[in-house]
Amino acid sequence: MTNPTGAAFCAALALGLLAAAAAALPRRVRPAAVGGATAAAGAAAVAAGLSAMAGRPWSAWLPDLLPLAGVRLAVDPLGGLFIAVTGAVAVCAAVYAAGYSRPGRDGPDAGHGLDGGHGLDGRAVQAMLPLFVLAMLLVPAAASVTTFLLAWELMAITSLLLVVAEHRRRASVGEAGLWYAVMTHLGLVAILAGLAGFAAASHGESFDRLREAADGLPPAVRSAVFVATLAGFASKAGIVPLHVWLPRAHPEAPSHVSALMSAAMVNMGVYGIVRVGLDLLGGGPAWWWLIVLAAGAVSALYGILQAVVATDLKRLLAYSTCENMGLVLVGVGAAGLLSVSGARTMAALALTAAMLHVVNHAGFKTLLFLAAGSVLRATGTRDLDALGGLRSPMPATTALFGVGALMASALPPGSAFVSEWLLLQSLVHALPEGGTVAAVTMPVAVAVVALSAGLAIAAFTKAFGVGFLARPRGAGAERAHESPPAMIAGMVLAAAGCVVAALAPGLIADGLSRAVGVAAAVAGPAADPVTGPVVLRPAGMPSTMSPLLITVALLVAAVVLIGVLRAAAAGRARRRARPWDCGAGPASARMEYTATSFAEPLVRVFDDVLAPDTDLDVTPVEESAYLIDSVRYRTEVADRVEHRLYRPVLAAARWTGRAARPLANGSVHRYVGYGFYAFTAMLIVLAVTR
Amino acid sequence: MSAAGTVGAVAQVLLVAAGAPLLVGVMRQVRARLEGRAGAGVAQPWRDLRKLLRKEPIAPHGTGVLFRAAPLVLAGAALVAAGVVPLVTTASPLDGIADLFAVIALLALGTVFLALAGLDTATAFGGMGASREMVVLALVEPTILLSVFALSARVGSTNLGEIVTTTLHDPQLVVSPVSLLAAVALAIVTIAETGRIPVDNPSTHLELTMIHEAMVLEYAGPDLALVEWASAMRLTVLLGLFANLFAPWGIAGTSLLMLPVALLAFSAKVVVLGGALAAGEVFMAKLRMFRVPELLAGSFLMALLAVAASFFLAGP
Repeated sequence: MTNPTGAAFCAALALGLLAAAAAALPRRVRPAAVGGATAAAGAAAVAAGLSAMAGRPWSAWLPDLLPLAGVRLAVDPLGGLFIAVTGAVAVCAAVYAAGYSRPGRDGPDAGHGLDGGHGLDGRAVQAMLPLFVLAMLLVPAAASVTTFLLAWELMAITSLLLVVAEHRRRASVGEAGLWYAVMTHLGLVAILAGLAGFAAASHGESFDRLREAADGLPPAVRSAVFVATLAGFASKAGIVPLHVWLPRAHPEAPSHVSALMSAAMVNMGVYGIVRVGLDLLGGGPAWWWLIVLAAGAVSALYGILQAVVATDLKRLLAYSTCENMGLVLVGVGAAGLLSVSGARTMAALALTAAMLHVVNHAGFKTLLFLAAGSVLRATGTRDLDALGGLRSPMPATTALFGVGALMASALPPGSAFVSEWLLLQSLVHALPEGGTVAAVTMPVAVAVVALSAGLAIAAFTKAFGVGFLARPRGAGAERAHESPPAMIAGMVLAAAGCVVAALAPGLIADGLSRAVGVAAAVAGPAADPVTGPVVLRPAGMPSTMSPLLITVALLVAAVVLIGVLRAAAAGRARRRARPWDCGAGPASARMEYTATSFAEPLVRVFDDVLAPDTDLDVTPVEESAYLIDSVRYRTEVADRVEHRLYRPVLAAARWTGRAARPLANGSVHRYVGYGFYAFTAMLIVLAVTR
Repeated sequence: MSAAGTVGAVAQVLLVAAGAPLLVGVMRQVRARLEGRAGAGVAQPWRDLRKLLRKEPIAPHGTGVLFRAAPLVLAGAALVAAGVVPLVTTASPLDGIADLFAVIALLALGTVFLALAGLDTATAFGGMGASREMVVLALVEPTILLSVFALSARVGSTNLGEIVTTTLHDPQLVVSPVSLLAAVALAIVTIAETGRIPVDNPSTHLELTMIHEAMVLEYAGPDLALVEWASAMRLTVLLGLFANLFAPWGIAGTSLLMLPVALLAFSAKVVVLGGALAAGEVFMAKLRMFRVPELLAGSFLMALLAVAASFFLAGP
C-alpha cells in the first residue's frame, strides 16, 4: 500500500485488534500490554489523521467483509481531523490506563480482591478499551451508511460496557448505564431513520452517491433527514435537552474512559452534524442552522451554569463538556447560517473556529478527566466539598490540573481562548455580510459565548481553587498520595498537547482549512480561513492576535518584576507566619470556603434558571422557642431539564406499562392471537395504501 | 513597526507604571476635599508603596507557589495591557499581538490568579472575596464583549489601534447613539472591573462587605505593594482605554514630535476621568452585593441596544 494515510490507518486498526487480543495475557502484565498497544494504535491513528489533513485522502472498498453491503472506508481531511483527535486522546488515556487499571497500593482501590476479578484490570474491561478506540476511529472513516451505522453502534456498545465496568462497586453506575443505553439507542434510531431515508431516496448508500443525489431531493426529504440525524447526533454530543445521559455516565465511568468519552466520543456527534448537514446534504435553509445555533447556545449556557454549581468534580467536567459542545455547535450553526447568506469567508472562519475548539476541548478535557481520576484514586472521593489541600501530597496532579483548568477557561495563554477568540471574530464580523437574520442572532450568540466564557472561568477557578488548593476538607484528601508514573505520563502527554495547541495554533491551520474545505456548503473561498504561524490573522478582517507573543510578553513582564522586587527587598528572606485572617483564628478546615459556598452567589443570581431545592430545619430546645438546639440546612441543585422533561415521560411510560399488564396474562393462545390480529391489520393497511 | 511607535509604547508603559499610584492619590485627594478633609497628598500612594516594599515578605502557613505568583501575574498582565492598549500611541509594536478581547482576557487572568490566591489562604474571607470577584467577572464579561462588538462593527476590526485611528479620522462616530450606549455600558463595567463604588468599596474597613480587599487580606509587605500597584495600573489602563475609545484626540501616531503632547493629553484625560469618578463616589453608597447583578444586567441591555443600533443605523 503506497498511500501513507491508508498504511497508518490500517496499522492503527491492526494495533487496536492486537491490543484487544493482549487482554488474554495474565493479569500481571495485562494493563501494561493493553495500554501500550492501544497507545501505539492511537499514535498510528494520529499519523493517519495528520496525513489525511495534509491533503492525502485514502479510501477502500471491502465488498466481502460484510454480507450484502460491504465495508466502505474513506479518510478525507475532515474525517482525518477527528481520527487524529481520537488517536491523540487514545494515546494519553491508554498510557494513563496502564497505571490506573492496576490495583492501588494503599488507596481506596486497595480492596480490589473483593471485586472477584472484575476490577478495571479484568479481561473483558481491558479488551473493551482498544475496541472502543477502534470503533471511534472507524466512525469518521466510514464512507457508506451501513459502515457508518455499524461503527456507530460498535462505539455505543463498547462505551456502554466500559461505563458499567465498576458496577459492582457503586450502585449508581448501573443507573447511569441504563440512562446511557436508552439515550444512545434512541439516538441511533433517529440517525438510522434519517440516514436510511436518505439512502432510500438517493438509491444508493455510499456517501459519494448520497452527495450526488442530495441536490435533487425534495426539500421536505432533505429537512426530514437533517432533523432526524441532528437529533441523534446532538444526543451523542450532549446537547441540551438531549444531554441527560452525559452528566450521569461520565462521572460513573472509570476516569480514562470518561476522558475518551468526553474528549473523543462526543466529538462524533459534531462530526455527524458537519458531515451530514454541510457535506452530504451540502447545506440547507437558514432555519436548520438557526436550530443548530439555538441548541448550541442553550447548551453552552445551561451546561456551564450546571458546572458552576456542581460539587462533584467529574460531574462538573461532564457539564463543561455540554458547554463546550454547545460552543462548537454555535460555530457550526453560524457557519451554516452565513453560508446561506453567501458570506462564505466568514462561514469558513466560523467552522474553522468550531473545529479548532473541538481539538482544544479534546486536549484539555482529556487532561482534566485524567487528573480528576488521579484525585479519585488517591482520595476515594469526587466531592469538591471534601477535597482540598492536594498541592503538597500530589504536586504533579495539582500542577497538571491547573494547566488543564487554565486551558479550559478562555484566558490568554490557554487553548480555549484561541478558539473562542476565533469564534467571536467570526460572529462579530458577520454583521455587514450576514443580513438581518445575522443582525439579530449574532449579538445574542456573542453574549452567550461571553457569558459562558465568564462562567467557565468561575467554574474552573472553583474546581482548581477549592479542589486542590487550601487545606484538606475531608479525611480522604488528608491521606492523598501521588499517582503512579504511568498515570502522570498520560497526563503530561495531554498537557504537552494542550500547550502546543495553545501557543502555536497556526501549526494546524493548514490542516484545518483543508478539513473545513470538505464541507461543501462553506468551501469556496480561495484564502485559508486563518493564517500565520505566530500572529493569527483571520481571513477578510484586519484583526490579529498572537497567543505566543502574549505569553512571551507576560513572561518578560514577570521576570522584570521579579528583578525589581529582588532589588527592592535587598535579599530579605520570606518568613512563614500564621494566616492573619483579620485577627481571628486559628482557622480550622471547617471554616474554609467550600465549592457549595463558592457557587452560592451565582446560584442566587441565576435562581430562576437553576431553581435550587433548599431545605431549612430549625429545631428549638423544648423549653423555649428562642433557644435553637440544632439547624439543618440542605440545598440541592438538580438538573431541571431532566426533572421537567424526562420525569413526566418516564412516569407516563411506567404508567402505560402498568396499565398494559392485563394484556399479557401468560396465556399462549392470547399471544398467538395478538400476532394474528397484528398481521391481519398490517395486510389491510398495505392493501388500502397500495 | 516604527521607531516612534516603539518609543511611544515604552513611554506609555513607563507612564502607567509611574503614574498609576499618582492617579489613585489624585482620586483620594478629590474625595478628601469633597468630604471636607485635608487629605494625605497626591504622592501618598507612592509613599505607602515604598514603605511596603521595605517590609519583610511573609508567606502564611499552608500557602503555596500560587499565592506568591499571583501578584506577579496580576502586575505582569497589567503591564502587558499597558503596552498593548493605545494610550499614548496608536502605532505600538505590540498592538498586533492582542486585540480588545485579548486585553480584557489578560486583565481577567490577573483577577483569576488573585482569586486562586485568596482560596489558597484557606481562610473564610479569602474564599468569600474570590467567590464574589468571580461572580462580578462572569457577569461583566458579556457586557464588555457586546460593547466591543458595537464599537468594532463600525470599524471592521477588534484591534484597538484600528478602532482608535478610525475614530480619530471620523470624529462624528463618537456622537452616534451606538457610541453613547456603548460608552454608558463600558463605564459601568469599568467601575465593576476596577472595584469602585457602587460595586465595591476600595477603602472599606468592614470585611463582610469587601470583594477585592477580602481576597488580598493575607498579603503583606512587597506582595501587598505589588497588588496595590497592579490595581492602580488596571484602573489607569481601563480609564485610559475608555477615554481613548471615545475621545482619542491628542494621541500620537507615527510621529515622534506628537509624543510629549500625547503623554500630556493622556495624563489630563485620565486625571479628569479619575477625578469625576472620585467625585461621583462621594455622593453614592455601595450597592448590596445582590443588587450588583441588576446593575450589570442594565449595562448589558445598553450594550445590546448599542449593537442593535450599530446594525440598523449602518444598514442601507
